[in-house]
Amino acid sequence: MTALIEIKGVRHAYATAAGPLPVLDGLEVSVEEGGFCAVVGPSGCGKSTLTRLIAGLMRPDEGEVWLHGKQVRGPRSTVGMAFQNPVLLEWRTILKNVMLPLEIVPNGLKGKAAVDRARHLLSLVGLEGFEDKRPSELSGGMRQRASLCRALVHQPEVLILDEPFGALDAFTREDLWQTMHDLKAKEPFTGVLITHDLRESIFLGDQVIVLSGRPARTQYVMNIDRSAPANLEDLYTAEAAERLSILRHQIEIAQGRVPEEAAS
Amino acid sequence: MRRLRNVAVPFIAMLVFLALWEALVWLNGWPNYKMASPSDLWPAYTRYWQLFLVMGWQTLWRTVVGLLLAVIVGMAFGMIMGFSRTMREALYPLLVGFNAIPKATVVPIVALMFVGMHDFNTILIAFMISFFPIAVSVSIGLSTLEPEYRDILRSLGASQTTIFWKIALPKTLPEFFGALKVSVTLAFIGTNLMEIVSPHGRGLGALFDSGKINSDYPLMFAVLIALAVLGIVLYYVVVGLEKIFAGWAVRSPH
Ligand SMILES: Nc1ncnc2c1ncn2[C@@H]1O[C@H](COP(=O)(O)OP(=O)(O)O)[C@@H](O)[C@H]1O
Ligand SMILES: [Mg+2]
Repeated sequence: MTALIEIKGVRHAYATAAGPLPVLDGLEVSVEEGGFCAVVGPSGCGKSTLTRLIAGLMRPDEGEVWLHGKQVRGPRSTVGMAFQNPVLLEWRTILKNVMLPLEIVPNGLKGKAAVDRARHLLSLVGLEGFEDKRPSELSGGMRQRASLCRALVHQPEVLILDEPFGALDAFTREDLWQTMHDLKAKEPFTGVLITHDLRESIFLGDQVIVLSGRPARTQYVMNIDRSAPANLEDLYTAEAAERLSILRHQIEIAQGRVPEEAAS
Repeated sequence: MRRLRNVAVPFIAMLVFLALWEALVWLNGWPNYKMASPSDLWPAYTRYWQLFLVMGWQTLWRTVVGLLLAVIVGMAFGMIMGFSRTMREALYPLLVGFNAIPKATVVPIVALMFVGMHDFNTILIAFMISFFPIAVSVSIGLSTLEPEYRDILRSLGASQTTIFWKIALPKTLPEFFGALKVSVTLAFIGTNLMEIVSPHGRGLGALFDSGKINSDYPLMFAVLIALAVLGIVLYYVVVGLEKIFAGWAVRSPH
């Protein structure tokens, strides 16, 4: 079986006033069905560009992006996205916000089925009773939960998260990590998570990819066994400390602070 | 109780204003050709009430039509400039220049260009003077839409039209209504400019002009007050529409 997400030899450069800006160069990513890939890398290295390529919002100059055995040539409704900014629509209630993708995708649920689906997801993330509230009436963490529900409501094959917890305080963020595991148990999805939090990457990912500095290439891949249920305590074990130390070292290499030869 | 307050406070304020006005004229002993007082206005209204109804209606419908045109054309320009940066850079200076021309100078030109087409001329001026704020607000609203809003729908394969109707337009409505409130007042100014300037005009502007010709000063003041009343009515119609279509933008007080 081939991987659900396959990125092969992708190169991309943005046209800027100062000439082409190479952002991705020789990127290789492969995520199995049901896998969850955390991507870390120096800021500005091209992580968001990677999400836009997977979502089909843009096409790479060179190389190929494959989703479920089909080459990505444009947007497709089998993708769900969430960003650091939850971008909920203020003129809609939380329930109607979550239902938005169902109004767009072909064969989306309609009527009562759509309402039930949205309510079900909201209850999974602990937002029962907030269906009729406006986004401005919710806290930042709650808005991000609603945004996750919106990304999942149409049962996408791929969930793309671009630093979704980046603007939240540490406690809220840890709550949401737990929520992600709960969601994954009940609503299986294949995901790519961009993050700048190494603890988040090893807590949520079964694969952690470190990108090099711009132009980004795949610098390091760490696989993590996810057969046991996740527990925040796991982050304080010797094994986790070892992983974090390796990743931190890789980030230093990516930032160019440590010469690459030093990596073992 | 709140309802009563909402009606009573403005009403009392109006009475106080009229009383002060009457007192000011009376204390200074101004003759009515210098400054008419509210008590002079009443006879003007009772004597000419039919004229006020007919002329008021003419002013109102032409202003509203001009305003509707301004909404349609202003939105169209706003959309073009909001979605395309090239078009924004091309059109913006032109619009600013056009807007900077005092409309009083355009009125005689338009009157000559379309001589005799009085309704058309008036609507044209009302439109020209009021569409600029709408175009600017819509273009700013659209061009400052955060890219994530667009990406949420675009990643699902939504068309530009869908993105416009589902996100861009509703998100721009608060700015649009803000501009529309300004445009209402401007449209009235436009209508009256034309009505006053063109010969054998219609509408309240023409009534004002005939007051001037006949040295009927109370009539002139009565027209001003009638214009103010129409302005208030139209303004609150816009406020009502805003409540319906963009009420979500007004945070409810806790
Ligand atoms: N549309 C664009 N045009 C030109 N440059 C861009 C564009 N989008 C991003 N960039 C630049 O490309 C680089 C990578 O951007 P991005 O993928 O957003 O990085 P990251 O998400 O890793 O911080 C940055 O230097 C950014 O300034
Ligand atoms: Mg980014």
